[in-house]
Amino acid sequence: MKLSVNGTVHDLDIEPEMPLLWVLRDELDIKGPKFGCGIAACGACTVHVDGEPVRSCTLPIGDVEGEVTTIEAIGSADSLHAVQQAWIEEQVPQCGYCQSGQIMSAVALLREIPNPSDEDIDSALSGNLCRCGTYPAIRAAIRRAATKNIGA
Amino acid sequence: MSEQQHKPKKSRLGKIARRTFLIGTGAIAGGLAVGYYSYQRGFDNPLLSDLDRGESTFNPFVKIATDNTITIIVPRAEMGQGVTTTLAALVAEELDVALDAVTVEHGPASSAYLNQAMLIDAAPVPAFDDSFTAGGYRGAMEILSKFLAIQATGGSSSTVDAFEKMRFAGCAAREVLKQAAAEKFDVSPAALATNNGRVEDTASGRSATYGELAARAATMSPPANMQLRTRSQWKLLGKSQPRTDIRQKVTGAPIFGIDVDLPDMVYATVKMNPHLGGRVNSIDASQAADMKGVIKVVPIESQTGNGFAVIADNSWRAFQAAEAVTVDWGPAPYPAETAQITGQLRETLETGDRFSLREAGDPDTAFSNSAPDQVLEAEYEVPFLAHATMEPMNATARFKDGKLDIWSPNQSPTIIRSVCASVANLDPDQVHVHTTFLGGGFGRRSEVDFSIYAVKLAMETGGRPVKVTWTREEDITHDTYRPAALARYQALLNDQGMPTALRATVASPSIIPSLIGRTYPSLPAGGPDKTLIEGAYDQPYAIDNYRIDAAKAEIAVPVGFWRSVGNSFNAFMQESFLDEIAASTGKDPLALRLELSKSWPVATRVLEKVAQMAHWGETLPNGRAQGIAFTLSFGTWVAQIVQVREIDGSIKIEKVWCVADPGEVLDPAIFKAQMVSGIIFGLSSAIGQEITFSEGMVEQSNFHDFDAMRMNQCPAIEVEILENSPHMGGAGEPGTPPSIPALANAIFALNAKRIRHLPLSREVDFA
Repeated sequence: MKLSVNGTVHDLDIEPEMPLLWVLRDELDIKGPKFGCGIAACGACTVHVDGEPVRSCTLPIGDVEGEVTTIEAIGSADSLHAVQQAWIEEQVPQCGYCQSGQIMSAVALLREIPNPSDEDIDSALSGNLCRCGTYPAIRAAIRRAATKNIGA
Repeated sequence: MSEQQHKPKKSRLGKIARRTFLIGTGAIAGGLAVGYYSYQRGFDNPLLSDLDRGESTFNPFVKIATDNTITIIVPRAEMGQGVTTTLAALVAEELDVALDAVTVEHGPASSAYLNQAMLIDAAPVPAFDDSFTAGGYRGAMEILSKFLAIQATGGSSSTVDAFEKMRFAGCAAREVLKQAAAEKFDVSPAALATNNGRVEDTASGRSATYGELAARAATMSPPANMQLRTRSQWKLLGKSQPRTDIRQKVTGAPIFGIDVDLPDMVYATVKMNPHLGGRVNSIDASQAADMKGVIKVVPIESQTGNGFAVIADNSWRAFQAAEAVTVDWGPAPYPAETAQITGQLRETLETGDRFSLREAGDPDTAFSNSAPDQVLEAEYEVPFLAHATMEPMNATARFKDGKLDIWSPNQSPTIIRSVCASVANLDPDQVHVHTTFLGGGFGRRSEVDFSIYAVKLAMETGGRPVKVTWTREEDITHDTYRPAALARYQALLNDQGMPTALRATVASPSIIPSLIGRTYPSLPAGGPDKTLIEGAYDQPYAIDNYRIDAAKAEIAVPVGFWRSVGNSFNAFMQESFLDEIAASTGKDPLALRLELSKSWPVATRVLEKVAQMAHWGETLPNGRAQGIAFTLSFGTWVAQIVQVREIDGSIKIEKVWCVADPGEVLDPAIFKAQMVSGIIFGLSSAIGQEITFSEGMVEQSNFHDFDAMRMNQCPAIEVEILENSPHMGGAGEPGTPPSIPALANAIFALNAKRIRHLPLSREVDFA
C-alpha cells in the first residue's frame, strides 16, 4: 500500500483498517498529530488529506486517497506558516498538546475563508477541544493571521 | 503601578536555607567536588553525576558548558502553566542572560528540588491568618517538607517555592563567574559587570564568556552575603516574557510522554478492572495472543489496580488485541450505583464523625436558641469529575543492565522513583525518572499508576523499552476523581439581612488516604483532611458564629487532586449560599460580600474592581444577568463576575470578568492566561461534566459523554491583576473555584432558578 505523507511516498505493508494516526505515529515516526480520543471527538489528530482537514484517528489508512499533510510540513524550519507565526505572536499554547490539531484546523479554515467571521471560526474550530482553555487566544491568532492574509 | 503596591512580598518560605541548596555544590565534569561550604549540609547537586563533556555545574539549577551553552534546570512539570518560562526567568534575571539564550531542562528526580511551598500551603490554616499559631503550623509543615523532600508540581506552588531559591541560584553562579574573571584579569570582582552571558571589565575593555570561565568558577565558593536584585533592577521579572517552549508547541515537536520513541521499542496498552480496586478472577487471552503484532499479554496486579496489558508492535494493534481479551472482573469495593453512593454521602452527612478547623463564636448555641423558621437552610451536591487531560495517561520504561529508566509525563518525580523502585525491587539509585512535557496535568499526573504499569511491563520485555499508552476510555474510566460531595448550609440573619451565624457540614470521600493508599499503601493516613472544607472554612468573611464541619465518607472510589481540589466544590456551595442569603432579604450580593470581608481590604479591593469592570448593578438588556463570586485559594484572592444571556431557552455564557490578587506577579501575560484557563476549566465542569457509576463501573468513557467547553461556547474573558496581598500566591488553580458559583448565581439572577446540584446542565440548557 502506498501512502504519500508530506511529499514522501511510503510503501507500507499494513492492514487497511489501521487508522491513519497510528500509521503516522507508530510506523512513520511522525509525532505532530496527537492521540486524544480515538473517536474523532477532540481534533488533536487533525491532518490534511489533499488540503481538507480530517481526523486521522478514525480514518482507516485503506480509505486515504490523496496527499497527507501534517503539521511538520505546513511551514519550514526557516519560515513558519503564517498561522504558526500568529500562534507565537499571540502566545497561544499552554500545555500545547491540542495545538497541532488546532493549527491544522485553522490553516484549513483560512484557506477556505481568508477573512472568517466569529461564526466561521466557531464552526471550524469547535471540533478541536482544548482543556487549557486557549480558545480566546486561538480566536485572536486566527484574526491576526487573517489580517495578514488580506494584507498579502 | 504605584510604589506602595510593590513593597517586597513575603514568601511564606520564611527562611529557606539558601546555603543548603546553593553553596558549595559546584563542580566540573569529572565529579571533582570542591569548595564545599559546610554551613549546613544540604542535598547533593544531582547534576554532578550526569554532566556532559565540557559542562560545569554551580548548583542544582545551573549548568554552563565551555561553548557557552547555558542550561537552567526548571525542576517542575511544564503542563501549560508556564514554569519553563517564569522559573527560568528567575535564574536568568540574576545570571544576566537573555531567556532565548538559555536551554531549559526539567532535570533528574532529586530531593534537591523539593517543593516546600506546596506543603506549607497544606497547613490547616486560612491563607489570611498571619497569627502566631498559624505561623506555627506553617513552620511545622516547612520542617516536614524538608524531611519528606518531595519534588512535585501542584498546589499552584511552583513560583512561590522558586521565587527566592532560583534567584539565588542565578546570583550564586553569577558571583563565582565574576570571581573567576577577577582572577583571570587580576582585578577585584567588584570592578566587574555581567551582561548577556559575559563578564566584563569595563575599565580595561576585557571580557570573557561564561563558558570560558565556567570550569574555574565552578570550583569557587560564592560570597556569603549575596544580595538579590531589587524589583526596580529587574529586566525580565514582572514583565511578560515569550514562552520558552512556544516554538516546539506550534511545530508539533515530539515533546510529550506519548511521543517518546526509543530504539527497539515495543508498544503496549493496559486494561484494568473497571470495577475500580476490584480483583481479576480470570483472564482468557487466547484470541488476543494470535492477533497481528501481539507480542505478549501480561496480567498486572498492583497497588493502583488489577488487570492486564497487551504488548505489541504498534499501539493500535495493542488496543485491538486488548478488546479481544475476555476477563472475569471481581467487584468494586464501593456501592455499585451512583444513587447508593449518594445515599452513603447522605448517611455520612447525617451521622458521620466530623472535624472542623476553625470556629468563630458559638454557632451551635446560636442555632439551638433560634426557632426553626428563622433558619435559612440549603443543600448542595456535586458529582465526581474526571481530569480528562488532552494527553491520555502514558509512560515508557526500560529495564536494562540493572538500570530502570522511566519516561513519564508526571507531577511527582521523586515519588515515582521511590514507588517504582519498590515495584521493581530495585534501589532508588537504579531508577532514573525522565520528566517529559505534560499534555495537561490538573493533578492527575501526580499519581503513580501510569508509571507503575510501564515499569511492570518493562520487566517483561527482555530489556526492550515499552511505551504504554492508555486509550481515552481507559483514562476516563480509571481516573482518580474529584470527589463527589454533599453539604448542608444553615444561616441565621439579623434585621439588616446579614448572617449572624453560619454553619455547614460537608460530606465527601477524603482524598489524602485515597492517595496514600495508592502511593505508599503501608503508611497510615488518618486525621483531618483539609481538602474536604478548603474554599469554605478558610475564606475572609467575618461572621460572629461560624463553623464548617467535615465528615469523611468511607467510599472507596479512588479520589485525587483535581485542579483547585476542595475549593472546586466548597466555593460553589458557600458562594451559592451567600447569594441565597442576599436574595432572601433582597440584598445586593456584592454589598453582602463587601460587608463580610471589610476587615480584609485585599478582598474588598478585588470585589470592588471586578464590580467596576463589569458595571455591576447597572441595568442590563432584557434576557441578560450577572452573578458574582469570590474565593481565596492557594494564596490568591479572586473575584469574578459571569454574565449570561438567554437565547431561545438556552443559556449562553457571554462574558467573564476576573480580578486576581496574588501579591506579586512575575509574568503578567502568563498569570492572566492561567486565570483564563482556570475559568474555562471551572465553567467546563459546571455546564455539563459528571462521572456516574452503574454496576460498579464509571458510565462515561470519552469526550462524547464527558465533554468540556468548546470554542463556540467560550465567553469573552477580561482579567485584571492587583498586587495588594502581602504574600505571594499561586496562579494555576485559583481561577477555577469562583467561576462555578458565579455562573450559578448569574443563572439565578437571570431566571430566579437556584441550582444547588452540579452540573448545572441538569436543570438548564447551555448554548
